[in-house]
Amino acid sequence: MGVVQTKDFDVAAEYAKLANNPACGAVVTFVGKVRDFGDSKNVSAMTLEHYPGMTEAVLEQIEVEARARWPLDDVTIIHRVGDLQLTDQIVFIGVSSAHRKAAFAACEYLIDFLKTRAPFWKKETSNEGTVWVDAKDADQQAAEQWQR
Amino acid sequence: MIKVLFFAQIREVIGCDKVEIEATTGLTADALRKQLVERGDKWQLTLGEANVLVAVNQTLSGWETELSDGDEVAFFPPVTGG
Repeated sequence: MGVVQTKDFDVAAEYAKLANNPACGAVVTFVGKVRDFGDSKNVSAMTLEHYPGMTEAVLEQIEVEARARWPLDDVTIIHRVGDLQLTDQIVFIGVSSAHRKAAFAACEYLIDFLKTRAPFWKKETSNEGTVWVDAKDADQQAAEQWQR
Repeated sequence: MIKVLFFAQIREVIGCDKVEIEATTGLTADALRKQLVERGDKWQLTLGEANVLVAVNQTLSGWETELSDGDEVAFFPPVTGG
């Protein structure tokens, strides 16, 4: 399940939902946060934009792909948009499975493909102004590794 | 008509989030891009560069994709979420 929202999410509540399945023996979660450096130094805030409609379709597609590769129980993807402050949570990915290796791998797969395929764009604010974040070769390479 | 959307720095630089273009026979995504570039310097600056992606009907597409009446086309830079 993929959701795009402006409001914050509660990691404990999302974990509880994922862990509720008695068949699930492993839950892996990832949280991405606003940090004080990126393409700019002294980042103080960030704005996230997305492409409504296409974003949700891409999140659904990468979940389908992950489920085809690993035996997964529940999948939760939450991505925030709008204005965010330093240390705010940006993205939550949670995966439950009977097995830890499947849960770890699927969580990493989902964030790698979200970062390279889902239409979100970050703009950083620092004491020097605002700047759009450039796509990173390292993110592209991380996603390509899954295709080898 | 074809609905054309712009996102992130492209939207910001041209100062416009969408336009409507009349559909013509055989119009490709690349021909549409070149048509828009002729609108002026800001359009050339953003849509003229190599680092632009195009989605047709909300699916990432190739530049040779032929467009039809009623299509939604979006131009945007490489994505940076997560």
